[in-house]
Amino acid sequence: MAIEIVQPSVGLSKIAVSETHGEDSPYFAGWKAYDENPYHEIHNPSGVIQMGLAENQVSFDLLEEYLEANLESANWGQKVSGFRENALFQDYHGILSFRKAMASFMEQVRGGKAKFNPDRVVLTAGATAANELLTFILADPGDALLVPTPYYPGFDRDLRWRTGVQIVPIHCDSLNGFQITPEALEAAYDHATSMNIKVRGVLITNPSNPLGANIQRKVLEQILEFAIQKNIHLVSDEIYSGSAFYADEFVSIAEVLESRNYQDSERCHIVYSLSKDLGLPGFRVGTVYSYNDQVVTTARRMSSFTLISSQTQFLLASMLSDKEFTQKYIKINRERLKKRYEMIINGLKKAGIECLKGKAGLFCWMNLSPYLEEPTIKSELAIWKTIMHEVRLNISPGSSCHCFEPGWFRVCFANMSEETLEVALSRIHEFIKERKQGL
Amino acid sequence: MEDESREQSQSPSTGMRLIVPLQGIVQGRGGLILGSVIPCAMFYFLQFYLKRRRSPPNLPHEQTSNPPSPTPSSSNLTELPRSASRSSLLLSRGSIGRPHVSSRVHSIAKSNDSPYYIGLDKVSADPYDRLNNPNGVIQLGLAENRLTLDLIENWITERLNESILSGIATYQPFDGMTELKVAMAGLMSQVVGRTVTFDPSQIVLTSGATPAIEILCFALADPGNAFLIPAPYYPGFDRDMKWRTGVELIPVHCHFAREKNIHIISDELFAASTFGDEEFVSMAEIIDSEDTDKDRVHIVYGLSKDLSLPGFRVGVIYSYNENVLTVSRKMTRFSPVSAPTQRLVTSMLSDTTFIKNYTEINRERLRAMYDLFVEGLKELGISCTKSSGGLYCWCDMSGLIRPYNEKGELDLWDKLLNVAKINITPGSSCHCIEPGWFRCCFTTLDETDIPVVIERIRLVVETCKSPS
Repeated sequence: MAIEIVQPSVGLSKIAVSETHGEDSPYFAGWKAYDENPYHEIHNPSGVIQMGLAENQVSFDLLEEYLEANLESANWGQKVSGFRENALFQDYHGILSFRKAMASFMEQVRGGKAKFNPDRVVLTAGATAANELLTFILADPGDALLVPTPYYPGFDRDLRWRTGVQIVPIHCDSLNGFQITPEALEAAYDHATSMNIKVRGVLITNPSNPLGANIQRKVLEQILEFAIQKNIHLVSDEIYSGSAFYADEFVSIAEVLESRNYQDSERCHIVYSLSKDLGLPGFRVGTVYSYNDQVVTTARRMSSFTLISSQTQFLLASMLSDKEFTQKYIKINRERLKKRYEMIINGLKKAGIECLKGKAGLFCWMNLSPYLEEPTIKSELAIWKTIMHEVRLNISPGSSCHCFEPGWFRVCFANMSEETLEVALSRIHEFIKERKQGL
Repeated sequence: MEDESREQSQSPSTGMRLIVPLQGIVQGRGGLILGSVIPCAMFYFLQFYLKRRRSPPNLPHEQTSNPPSPTPSSSNLTELPRSASRSSLLLSRGSIGRPHVSSRVHSIAKSNDSPYYIGLDKVSADPYDRLNNPNGVIQLGLAENRLTLDLIENWITERLNESILSGIATYQPFDGMTELKVAMAGLMSQVVGRTVTFDPSQIVLTSGATPAIEILCFALADPGNAFLIPAPYYPGFDRDMKWRTGVELIPVHCHFAREKNIHIISDELFAASTFGDEEFVSMAEIIDSEDTDKDRVHIVYGLSKDLSLPGFRVGVIYSYNENVLTVSRKMTRFSPVSAPTQRLVTSMLSDTTFIKNYTEINRERLRAMYDLFVEGLKELGISCTKSSGGLYCWCDMSGLIRPYNEKGELDLWDKLLNVAKINITPGSSCHCIEPGWFRCCFTTLDETDIPVVIERIRLVVETCKSPS
């Protein structure tokens, strides 16, 4: 008779078993509901409409048109030797023409109001990797970054999971339109210090996700002053900079630095990507732009873990350096997003729902607090569940973005056709009508 | 070992892990038996317990003798003015006005002083070109295979017509599109000779083997834990496995003991680049017969060597452990494969006739170049271990070094780099315990380059042999 030997199961790391990957948040639960029952105009008209994914599909045709007209430069074409060099190229400096193209595109997005040096562009496979990389470089495990609330739920994972760094929130509220104030900055810093946590930097998203609003120049200057005073870093994630509806209303930290002749700029770093403005999230193209030489050098080496495919660099290099095309694209993209935004805002208004007055991004920040049973997160999640399962819309509850005021929701509008958006709006309309009758 | 008893009383989450780069085994140095016996030998490991409190981060070396070298393998790229970086490194942390940066910044500066990186730098500063720069530095320090790229080029020019953007611009699963996983599983099965089938659902795709290894380290070990690694090993592991994860590497020289309850990472990156008499055996074939060990085995693969596509960044984690797969999938968000590349590579890998043909021809060319190169070295009195695969040979130059230690080895390396102007990798960079061994890659060369290389080595060999 054989004795069964029970093998102890082989263990995993603490990171592997921790919850810091954040995927238990409602933010992701909504996606699951969508995946199980996705809306389709024809095949599944009663399915869940995805309004929780900040993806830009409104200007795709412009890209397709360009690439088809310029097929030669998109493929290696007849340049056989070009393919060979490209396939072997794994230098973490990236292809020079591509780095130049990224710098040029970033300038264009800012209307030429700031200059970008290609030698400061570090390439990463997406902004997700860029944010994590910067965190690894600027902070040690146990240190903290200050992040204004509400913020993109992904930060909980991207900034904290493998880095061991903490997020200490900078509380913002609707009294002043969720803007960051010097008092809030100080309070967050003091809170961290009181817990014996070293603060290494402030990380802002401008235009903001989930607010869909630009940070005002004055506020940027205050944040920079704060960072100088505390001798910490300032990371500005400007991934939605090309999705601000009015070019002159978006102010990049780069412009602020330029106006100060780059004094104190070595603590500043910008994150950018093509996933939102260019609607190419699948391509995985991100960048860390740093004014700090040491950070650039280290980031370059660290980017070995997250290089952009040389094929992709090659594919996009000529398109991004084509100034005539990019200027046209940026302009049209802004107009189309603005149109979408107005459509959803007006639609919601007709239904009796107010939104934060924002002028950027692929989403709006919707206020359902008048319709909550009680002004609590519990009620917020209750209404969110109802909207998910009965109204069949996947929207993101403010609490998953660490918003401290219950009742706010992020609603994406650029990842669907206008027709689908109309359907979503009519569903909301119905829902609120019933809700009003019920209350 | 004294620690055995402690190990058994510890929770299963601690303990040793092992990494087995099979390319080091297939091309083993003297004494290691090649073939199917090797993987069995891999199960016998030293057992000792090494978990300790997280060790303090490396303090910056205040006086670095070499400035940090910029990059391995680059071409005509402008560099940042060096003085600023160097002065920042020499300043201690917390100096007035400079915001603090993490300890990782300082630890990386040290590793770039390694001969491995210095050599790569020299080549990029002055690369050999048969016509345009015949006195440049010849690259034998980079495991890049140029021998069979023409076949891939032809495939590309003949086949690539579909619209680039259809269906791939939007967000894709971070761990890779299903179609590519299926195609990759097919490739891996074919490479191993169809003795096992690989399941696409056990594949996680990453932007190269570099992040694949790092992800596994993050998933399997806490900071301060260690991996055993047979030495000599690929110098890049020192950075890739340790830098951000905080794990340690313990080189194991020659003998192993079986340890229950540890993980095994098998890096099989060169699986299809075999050309010798000994057959390549994948870890997958071994565990197929031993069901109980499945949970501890993880295979790393990729297209950088076997398909010569290092620029495209396509790597694979293949695991039998569902928990490891789950975690790895989540971590690929930091290092995913670009969608247009996934599309292109899927197409190529699905063309199984092409892949079969390619692998066969590649093997022939590898063997031919290897034979030529080894023959040339033999004429100089330099012998190499008998290889069955990989893009390089492991050469014994111990007779030429004086004194017989690491310093002597590095002196020879320096002469070869700066006088003969060939870049080869000294064994000490690979943590080889015996001095005098060198790794020489021959796959970046053309047949006509070989006499040039041999001639240059001959000049140095002669100076070594002449009375000092």
